[in-house]
Amino acid sequence: MLAALPLVFSRPGEPLATIDLGPLALTVSGQGLREFATIALKSWISVQAALLLSFTTPFADLVEGLRRLRLPRIMVAIIGFMYRYLAVLTDEATRLNRARASRSAVVAGRGGRSAAWRARVVGGMVGSLFIRSYERSERVYAAMQSRGFEGEFRTLGGRELTGPEWAALLAAVAALALFVVAGQLWLPRP
Amino acid sequence: MTSTADPHVHEHAHEHAHGDEAAHAHVHQHPHAPEELHAEPEAHARVEPEVAARWVDIEHVHFAYPDGFEALRGVSLRLARAEKVALVGPNGAGKSTLMLALNGIHLPSHGTVSIGGSIVDRRTVRRIRAEVGLVFQDPDDQLFSPTVFEDVAFGPLHMGVPEAEIHGRVERALAAVGMTGFERRLPHRMSLGQRKRVALATVLSMDPSVLVFDEPSAGLDPRGRRELIGLLRRLPQTLLISTHDMRLVAEVFPRMVVMDSGLVVGDGPTDVILSDAPFLEAHGLEAP
Repeated sequence: MLAALPLVFSRPGEPLATIDLGPLALTVSGQGLREFATIALKSWISVQAALLLSFTTPFADLVEGLRRLRLPRIMVAIIGFMYRYLAVLTDEATRLNRARASRSAVVAGRGGRSAAWRARVVGGMVGSLFIRSYERSERVYAAMQSRGFEGEFRTLGGRELTGPEWAALLAAVAALALFVVAGQLWLPRP
Repeated sequence: MTSTADPHVHEHAHEHAHGDEAAHAHVHQHPHAPEELHAEPEAHARVEPEVAARWVDIEHVHFAYPDGFEALRGVSLRLARAEKVALVGPNGAGKSTLMLALNGIHLPSHGTVSIGGSIVDRRTVRRIRAEVGLVFQDPDDQLFSPTVFEDVAFGPLHMGVPEAEIHGRVERALAAVGMTGFERRLPHRMSLGQRKRVALATVLSMDPSVLVFDEPSAGLDPRGRRELIGLLRRLPQTLLISTHDMRLVAEVFPRMVVMDSGLVVGDGPTDVILSDAPFLEAHGLEAP
C-alpha cells in the first residue's frame, strides 16, 4: 500500500488536483489514482484469499500442496519447520515475558527504571531467545541425523487426487477463467 | 513397588480415566502391543553369542568438544543384547555426550564404540543409526515435522525403506506406544506425555536393536510416568537410559552405571549401588 501511494502523484496524465507543500507541489493524476486503486484492490484480494485458504486448510495439507506444486523440497521443509517451531518459540517468548513481568515490581514511592534501561532488558531477552533457538536448532539437527538425515529431504509419494477433488479443482479453474474472460469482454477499457 | 508388578493393570485403569482420544489410542494396545514388539527383534535374529554378550561395546572412549572441554575421559561400558541399563550421574557428567557417541553424532577422539560387532566410524555411521534409536530429552527437538505421521515416517524414509513398507511401520510404531489415531495431529497441540511417546515411536519405526533415552521421565506427571514405566518394561530392545529419577531406576533397571566427570565410576546391580549411601553422596546422587 505504501509502495503504491507514490503512484498517485508520479504517473503522467491529466492533472486532477495539486497539493501545495511549499517548495514542492504534488500533482494528482487520474492515471495515477487508477493504478493506485488497482494495486490496493489486488493486494487486498490477495490477502483475503491467503487468509481464506489458511483458515480453512490444515497446515499439513498446505505443505503437501506446496510440495505437489513442485516447490523445491528445501523450501517446503523450511516452511514446515517454521510452522512447527513458531509455536515453540512463542511459548518460550511468553515464558521469558512472564519471568520479566514477575520481577518488574515497582516499590511504592519510587518511580520505575528509565526507558533506556527497559530497552536493554528487552534487548537481552531477544538475545537470549536467539541463543536458545540457535541451540535448539543444533539439537534438532542432531535428532534428524540420528534418524538417517544426510542433507537431502525425502518425502512419501502421497495420495492421488480423488474424483470430487478433481471436480472441485476443475470448477475453480473454470470459474477463474470465466472471470478473466468476462473482465476482458465487458469491463470498460480506460 | 508390589502394586506396579503388572503395568497392564495401570494401563487398563487409564483407559477409562482418559478422554475420548486417549481411550481410542489405547484400543490397539492390548493385547496386541506386546506381540508386535516381540516381532521386531526377530528380524535381527541369529546373533553369535559373543557378539550378543557385547552388543553395545564402548572401549576407552575419549571425546572433547570443539571448545576444548573434555566430556568423556576414557569411558568403557559393555551391554549385552536386550539388557536394560540405567545411566545416572550429576549434570555435566557426560551422559548426554556418551549417548550422542553411541550413534556416531560424536565420533570419539580415542577409543571405539561398536554396536552389534561393527565399529562406529564414518563409513558405518548410516547403518549404526538404524541400529541405535536415540530419543532426545525434549520432544520438541525430536518432533520437527508438521504432523505426527511425517515425523514417525522420517526415520524409515531417510534410511531408504521402500515406500510401501513405511505406512505399516508407522502404524506399528504408534501402536507400540499407544498413540494409534494421532497420525494427523500436530505435535504442539499434544501433552508432554503424548509427545514423549510419539518421540519414542519416531525411533521405533526404524526398528532399532538398541534404544537410548535421555531423561524419559523428566517433566511427566504421575500418570505419564506410570505409562512410561509400563512401556519401558515391555520394550524388547537393549535399553540404555540416562536419568535422575532414582525411583525409575529402582523399579525398572536391574543394572545401573554411574558416571561422574567424564568417567564411569560405578557399574553393578542397582540394589547394591543404591544401598551404598556414601558412594551416592560422593557423586551428587541420592537413594530413592
